[in-house]
Amino acid sequence: MTEATAQGRYSVIRSTRASRGGAVAGILLLLFLAAAPWWADRATMRLLVEIFYILALAQMWNLLAGYAGLVSVGQQAFVGLGGYMLFALAIFTPVGAAWSIPLAGLIGAVVSLPVAFLVFRLRGHYFAIGTWVVAEVFLLGFAQIQTLGGGSGISLPVSVVRDIAASRSGRDAVIYLVALAVVICIIAIVYGLLRSRHGLALTAIRDSEEASASLGVDNFRAKLMIYIFVAFGTTAIGALIFLTKLRISPAAAFDINWTTTVIFIVVIGGIGTIEGPIIGTLIFFLLREPLAQFGTWYLILLGLVAVVIMLKAPQGIWGLVAERWDLRFFPVQRRLRFEPPD
Amino acid sequence: MIEWVNSILQGVLTGGLYALFATGLAIIFGVMRLVNITHGDFIVLAAFVALVVVEGTGVGPFVSLIAVIPIMAVFGYVLQRGVLNPTLGPDLLPPLLVTFGLSIVIQNLLLEVFSADSQRLKIGAFETLSINLTEDLAVGVFPLIIFVTAVVLIFAIQVVFNRTSLGRAFRATSDDPVTAQLMGIDHRHVYGLAMALALVLVAIAGVFLGVRTNFDPSVGPSRLLFAFEAVIMGGLGSLWGTLAGGIILGVAQNIGAKIDPGFQILAGHIAFLVVLAIRPNGLFPRTRDD
Repeated sequence: MTEATAQGRYSVIRSTRASRGGAVAGILLLLFLAAAPWWADRATMRLLVEIFYILALAQMWNLLAGYAGLVSVGQQAFVGLGGYMLFALAIFTPVGAAWSIPLAGLIGAVVSLPVAFLVFRLRGHYFAIGTWVVAEVFLLGFAQIQTLGGGSGISLPVSVVRDIAASRSGRDAVIYLVALAVVICIIAIVYGLLRSRHGLALTAIRDSEEASASLGVDNFRAKLMIYIFVAFGTTAIGALIFLTKLRISPAAAFDINWTTTVIFIVVIGGIGTIEGPIIGTLIFFLLREPLAQFGTWYLILLGLVAVVIMLKAPQGIWGLVAERWDLRFFPVQRRLRFEPPD
Repeated sequence: MIEWVNSILQGVLTGGLYALFATGLAIIFGVMRLVNITHGDFIVLAAFVALVVVEGTGVGPFVSLIAVIPIMAVFGYVLQRGVLNPTLGPDLLPPLLVTFGLSIVIQNLLLEVFSADSQRLKIGAFETLSINLTEDLAVGVFPLIIFVTAVVLIFAIQVVFNRTSLGRAFRATSDDPVTAQLMGIDHRHVYGLAMALALVLVAIAGVFLGVRTNFDPSVGPSRLLFAFEAVIMGGLGSLWGTLAGGIILGVAQNIGAKIDPGFQILAGHIAFLVVLAIRPNGLFPRTRDD
């Protein structure tokens, strides 16, 4: 859009050279990844599925903490809820496994309303620990439900697994493509949301809550909306995660590590950007492959790196890169270009 | 009937331990406006330090406090000045994520050094000593000592905050760090001292925890949640409220356990959520958290 005034012409720039080039590269990468069932072996596909769902979780947490300022350490409540909803829907209803994923998301969104009613009463830091209490309540509560295996857990019935696809390689391909679709949808929705009017409000909240409120943004409503949307996404991702695992138990479903991993990824990659979680996820998996054998030392290292980054470069790796080279693959800001009259 | 009275009585005594967990957390928040996610891991760390002292020197767990208290206090001061002070500011994210990262680091370091085995600090026959109140009702001497210690320490902390120059510095810095600096108070040093004081309580709580129950490197987060629930239920800014919060939590857990062992922890969390729904500022609020 362009506007002419006596002083010259103004236009609002919404894309960057990197974003246009990145879009082309991104589409090519997408086609390459979509063809993985034809070129990748089983182990590679399993690893890619894991990367996809962790990246999707990271994007959700980043939206919540990085933009809406709602630092939750209890998102495992929704991951586990999604897993259990997948199992409940698959066992007790005729809904197929693939449809259970969005359906689980909807259930997560509904459940998030009473949860928000409670945890939104806690401000700032206390909100974080409050969400953790809720996740513990979910863990202990689901451990009491005997029809879903109680404390020891339950496996997905063979008939449901066969329903996905008859052969093992067929199932692998279906689950892979579903995982790819989920992560693409999540990133596309987050990108679309942040470029919209609501995104502008969120960015304002991220930068200063007082200033955004004074400019007419309803902070509470914007935060609540994001909380519910992130609950939807996280629950759907939880359903996907436990579709790949075929077995669920309260301890695995509501494991704090779902949130810990994602927090480290987002902090190291760069909080408050779409690129940050992508970079963070790549670093997490690149380091994990050689370092996983060191077990606890790997977690100690990640924890220390996250602490050092938060102290010395809170904008994370992508924040440093974007600042240094003015590089943005997912431009969500608006830039004003001014041309003086000829 | 008498069984229920017994459950409630034991719950009140357990509440004393929770109040001890919570008082450190409340001091840290009250002075620095910092919510310390590492708090539970500090308690477990103190228990392990006591274990090392006990096994290294052969003294009892209570005597080991002579070493554990100064070790934890110095650790707290150094950590606050070196790592946590730089995170304090208008942005809530850095302190939260730094203490969260520290929590993971401490848990895994303890796991690497001490393994996941359950440990216990032993005090011998004293542990099972009890006083018969009536024919069917008895209280353990050790739980009673914990409870009385908690009450005495909370009283002592109140005196420090209200009657000493150090307490004045704490309150002044908490109210307005900039003006406090103009009056010649070094807020970084005051924050360090507040963390040291909190970790003195953590040291005592850690030793009590280690004597009362088995512990391993992974039990920190649940202690953090108990402490947090006691603080919020009691109301921010009120240490006696924190004691009340701890007691409510202990009673709820014991009643839950009486109904079904699986409900013990759940009942405590639900009591917390109910209080949060009805009285979001806690039962005895003194200050707002904004």
